[in-house]
Amino acid sequence: MSSKPKVGVFKFASCDGCQLSLLAAEDELLTVAGKIDIAYFLEATSHIDEGPYDIALVEGSITTPTDAKRIRDIRQRSKFLITIGACATAGGIQALRNWADHDEFVRAVYARPEYIDSLATSTPIAEHVPVDFELRGCPINRHQLVEVIVSLVAGRKPKTPSHSVCLDCKRRGTVCITIAQGVPCLGPVTQSGCGAICPAYDRGCYGCFGPAKQCNTGSLCQQFLADGTPAPELVQLFRNYNGYAPEFRHESERLAELHPEDS
Amino acid sequence: MTQERLIKVEALTRVEGEGGLFVRLVGDRIEDVQLTIFEPPRLFEALLRGRKLEEVPDITARICGICPVAYQMSSVHALEAALDIEITEDIRRLRRLLYCGEWIESHALHVHLLHAPDFLGYDSGIEMAKDFPNEVNRGLRLKKHGNQLLEVLGGRAIHPINVAVGGFYRTPRHDELTPLIPDFEWGLLAAVETTRWLASLNFPDFTRAYDMVSLVHPDEYPMNEGRVTSTTGASWDVRDYESEFHEEHVAHSTALQSSRGAPQACYHVGPLARVNLNRERLSLTARRVADEIGFETPCLNPFRAIVARGLEIIHAYEEALDILRTYRPPAIARVKYDHRAGQGCAATEAPRGLIYHRYEVDAAGLVTLAKIVPPTSQNQRQIEEDLRDYLPRILTDDEAATARQCEKLVRCYDPCISCSTHFLKLTVQRDG
Repeated sequence: MSSKPKVGVFKFASCDGCQLSLLAAEDELLTVAGKIDIAYFLEATSHIDEGPYDIALVEGSITTPTDAKRIRDIRQRSKFLITIGACATAGGIQALRNWADHDEFVRAVYARPEYIDSLATSTPIAEHVPVDFELRGCPINRHQLVEVIVSLVAGRKPKTPSHSVCLDCKRRGTVCITIAQGVPCLGPVTQSGCGAICPAYDRGCYGCFGPAKQCNTGSLCQQFLADGTPAPELVQLFRNYNGYAPEFRHESERLAELHPEDS
Repeated sequence: MTQERLIKVEALTRVEGEGGLFVRLVGDRIEDVQLTIFEPPRLFEALLRGRKLEEVPDITARICGICPVAYQMSSVHALEAALDIEITEDIRRLRRLLYCGEWIESHALHVHLLHAPDFLGYDSGIEMAKDFPNEVNRGLRLKKHGNQLLEVLGGRAIHPINVAVGGFYRTPRHDELTPLIPDFEWGLLAAVETTRWLASLNFPDFTRAYDMVSLVHPDEYPMNEGRVTSTTGASWDVRDYESEFHEEHVAHSTALQSSRGAPQACYHVGPLARVNLNRERLSLTARRVADEIGFETPCLNPFRAIVARGLEIIHAYEEALDILRTYRPPAIARVKYDHRAGQGCAATEAPRGLIYHRYEVDAAGLVTLAKIVPPTSQNQRQIEEDLRDYLPRILTDDEAATARQCEKLVRCYDPCISCSTHFLKLTVQRDG
């Protein structure tokens, strides 16, 4: 890649938190900014360059017809397209509408639903255009974001770990919250990246970084059910920020089917 | 027949979330000003229904990555009201400490990277850093302190994981919090320097007869509780918020716009409203600096909100230091409670202003109704009214320059569009 790659940061349906992570990398911000040409980053700069871009960082999910078109246009103008965060890689918390009546949702929030033009689903970017690299997390880990930018500038593949949160707890020396307190924890099936913070704060993991590679959600749920956690609670545990990621989606749908009387 | 003109800002920059500005003129007469909000709706109030009430602080945090603590604080207080939970004084202080972290982080970001560049003629804070390295680096360090506090107490800076209905999942150990003290001592002095610098900027001569609204608490600068109070002298218990303040759905916005009273009028929330209504309850150093820089209250110049943010950064450092220095880990992390059917509301002060939440829950502990009124949707009409008043003074044939001036005014409100959607794009159209 040329010495000063052009980077664009684009937002779809999201909370701004993942792009904020770039501004939250206080120690690295000015150094990284010196190595790249920030060509499009509405939250940070009024300087707008229409591209083409070497790297597009995309935050947010696709929830409107306009956005479905806009992402295709950004893809055409970008060499590498990186999705950042749970919304862009899995649809985000707003993907809960995928299991609900969207029109009823809109009517519940807006007095004039006819002013609202949104899709019945919230879908990840990869369902619309080819994605070169996905950065997980709700929010993403800023060190991983810096790693992705720095490695692309250096012309190598970004390295982010794919093991589970469970392993990070062992490394941290955190006592297992499921074993010690009987609290359902998604650590065994969730990808590393957050630093295994929830169990270190006396609560179960709720899956911010989405499914870990080859996760065995079925076996984990069997244990939780045997321990007395009701199925509807487990359905909700899988259906949050990464609920529409395939592994979590299939598990919550399987549970809902197995236990229809509880759902 | 006079020519119609349109001034448009397709996408506002250096604001959180996506919106624009649209102005339609006939000759020099302003026909229409719209703060357009095309942030896609995420339908939080609908998706919260049927969720466990314990999940609400985690879910509502996702409304905004810049002020998640505001959503967490407002939701837990509202749910505690619904369940009749009384929190302990220790938990109350730790919640103020958490809010101090968010005020520092959010204000330092807005002041240095988003708004100061307007006053000094740069496209971004990063550009500005080339000529003002000390100011920007100092600002980034302040921002980092805010984040560090959120990380220790909240588990992480964006979408903290440690806020629970009834208190916290785990309270920090003494040896986790106290190492922050030296940085916060440095930060307090640095915040004073920052505020002096902000006060030295050139402010447009523009004031308006604002109705400003914030919480007021008898003993403290408002964060988590207080009476909803207007600079007109009127005040309301939070439980009466919805009978005084109304939300309306307009075609050009996916955020609902707020107004108050009858006839329905716009009002101004945020740091300027808070300082105007609570100056005497600012921390000692913040009050001294306000006096030293000659910050007159009531201040009715919206551009000076950047100075009010500086004063609040000082306050947040000083209050945080007080809590850190006297910290003893509380006996209990969170108050136990039973589920019951009920409803409750709460208002707190987000960095951008008053935020209101109301929930209804059932006996099984599930949410049956959620209502959330973020600060920016309350300011949206006020911003449009400000622009109507300001435009004639700055209107030239150079539409790009006019649009830049408009954006600078919009940024005084630190609009958070992600939040307000259930919210912003400048388009100026001239008819005629």
